[in-house]
Amino acid sequence: MFRKYTPKKNVQKKVAYTDRFYVTPSIEKGIIKDEVILQAIKSLQDLGVEIIEQFCMREQAVVYVNPAQIVMALEILKNKHSYEQLVEMSAIDYLEKRSEFELFYELLSFKTNKRLRIKLCLSQNEHAQSATQIYHSASWAEKECYDMYGIIFDGHENLRRILMPDDWVGHPLLKSYPLQGDEFARWYEVDKLYGKEAREIIGDEIRDAAMIERYDTTRFAKIGKEVPRGAKYSEEEKKIEYTPDRIKFLYDDFSEENQKIIKGRK
Amino acid sequence: MNQLPNKLRPFYDNVAFDRSDNTMIINFGPNHPSSHGQLNLVLELQGEKVIKADPRIGYLHRGIEKMAENMTYNEFLPTTDRLDYIASTSNNYAFALAVEKLLNIEVPRRAQAIRLILIELSRLASHLFWIATHALDVGAMTIMLYAFREREYILDLFESYCGARLTHNSIKIGGVPLDLTDEWIKELTDLMSKIPAQIDLYEGLLSKNRIWRMRLEDVGVLPTNLAKSWSSSGIMLRGSDMQWDLRKERPYELYDEIDFDVPYATTCDSYGRYMCYMEEMRQIVKIIYQGVEIYEKTTPDLIADFGEYISASKEQIMTQNYSLMQHFSLITQGMRPPKGEVYVATESPKGELGFYIVSQGEPYAHKVKVRSPSFYHTGLLTDLLVGENLADVVTIIGSTNIVFGEVDR
Repeated sequence: MFRKYTPKKNVQKKVAYTDRFYVTPSIEKGIIKDEVILQAIKSLQDLGVEIIEQFCMREQAVVYVNPAQIVMALEILKNKHSYEQLVEMSAIDYLEKRSEFELFYELLSFKTNKRLRIKLCLSQNEHAQSATQIYHSASWAEKECYDMYGIIFDGHENLRRILMPDDWVGHPLLKSYPLQGDEFARWYEVDKLYGKEAREIIGDEIRDAAMIERYDTTRFAKIGKEVPRGAKYSEEEKKIEYTPDRIKFLYDDFSEENQKIIKGRK
Repeated sequence: MNQLPNKLRPFYDNVAFDRSDNTMIINFGPNHPSSHGQLNLVLELQGEKVIKADPRIGYLHRGIEKMAENMTYNEFLPTTDRLDYIASTSNNYAFALAVEKLLNIEVPRRAQAIRLILIELSRLASHLFWIATHALDVGAMTIMLYAFREREYILDLFESYCGARLTHNSIKIGGVPLDLTDEWIKELTDLMSKIPAQIDLYEGLLSKNRIWRMRLEDVGVLPTNLAKSWSSSGIMLRGSDMQWDLRKERPYELYDEIDFDVPYATTCDSYGRYMCYMEEMRQIVKIIYQGVEIYEKTTPDLIADFGEYISASKEQIMTQNYSLMQHFSLITQGMRPPKGEVYVATESPKGELGFYIVSQGEPYAHKVKVRSPSFYHTGLLTDLLVGENLADVVTIIGSTNIVFGEVDR
């Protein structure tokens, strides 16, 4: 018998039910009407940047450029059209459908008060170009992008992990990375703190904080039926009392006659 | 002499313990009371001067963006509370606004007025928290006691509105969950009448205080170009001689109807930023009074009427069959926004908080990118700390107003 095939490229949560006749609507892609932005796009084209697509979605201008020319495009936009701030930069994972990433650069011009989103498509093993020479903020944005997606930026001086530990394996925001962490993540802390030989003694990390194993008497006891560590699980139910009789003398009497109700702060 | 990583000393890449020169490398944090969270700052010192700073983050990383891809939009809303936990309503608001932009829906005017009051209140709470902790870092302990007292009243207001003091979740996609009561409004106006005097009190204690000025003036000077290039926003940008406030530049709520001023400082130092915070708190009081005025003139609609994406009001659900059906499918499956992408930026207390959402027409977002101001403000420390004294490092971290829930996400 063959093992059942499960898709590996996207292991994120899937929708349980979709109506057979449901047609997914799309937001309409309009034409960019803003003169200032059109001028910037035109000057990009004039200076030899290949523009693949341009549209306006929910009043926001989006421009797709050739990935090889991104640094040039950003330089032109910064120096000639006062897009002085790279507000945000990150990637979107389309590996499942198109085997490529989309990178977006959200730019802001203080002078004209316009925002422009430059996007590019990057195939799976291709390197991106670093924009650190143009914008300081690109340095950390690219580090994060590398950490989360594994995209390598050529020209970045110190491209290493930023949010995950330095010796982490895998890139967590990929669609192929499970939400609960992979096999490496499961043993990361045990391996790091105690070494691989302690795996059997300690056991893997429980990443679901709310999970209670029913018959586990070594780490988590069944709620209400606790037994000492290692002892056998007992069927007898133990009532949990938060102030047992034997320590009641430690507490004040909270009966209603003794309560004083204060209306608001002074 | 580069170290080889082994089990006991795992990874100190780029940090060579080379004793031939006069510099010393120290680790500031990750467990340091003045690092405002878990910030590991590797500082290279020449005597007392910092010659290289390397902020290292990630100690509070919970994968919120990953969680966003595995949750429906309404499920994710309470998670946004955990970003900037000092002012959680502004995170809720920013996310709700982004989803509303994606769905292209209009929020009723009363809900807008309530949102305006709530986000300004959370801004005030955040600023009060900032002045309390910042002054404590610098050494003025009294302010902390005063500012926390006022913040406590604001938390009381939040508690009586939504039941929570820290993680509010007080804004819904498409509106707000509850209306304000007359009592609440009275309490709010009572509090607002007291706040300006309190701000005068803080300023009286600090603004002309010799120690305070010596610690803050000409410390942490952030030139305008560097601020722009490091993608800084909010008071970090306004403190660097830049008149830029998204509430004025791109009014998003009722801000276009409201009369308020945006303070900015030309000195580019920590003291200028402190003055901006103080003035902004006074402006918040002004905004909230106007918000209450607008609120009183509105009709009691709290949630957008858009059954396809947003559950109708309770009354509708209980009386109309079709509303109940829509509500059922929205709760069990989640809303399915159309295919597309939006980036929506708001002026949160810390700076520009933006949500970039890519939808593929499924109940789960394809990508949610949280553009948090504190992330870049932490990166900025790389350039800002160089040339400063070790004793001023704490002051500078304090004046950047970073919150690690937002930095690490």
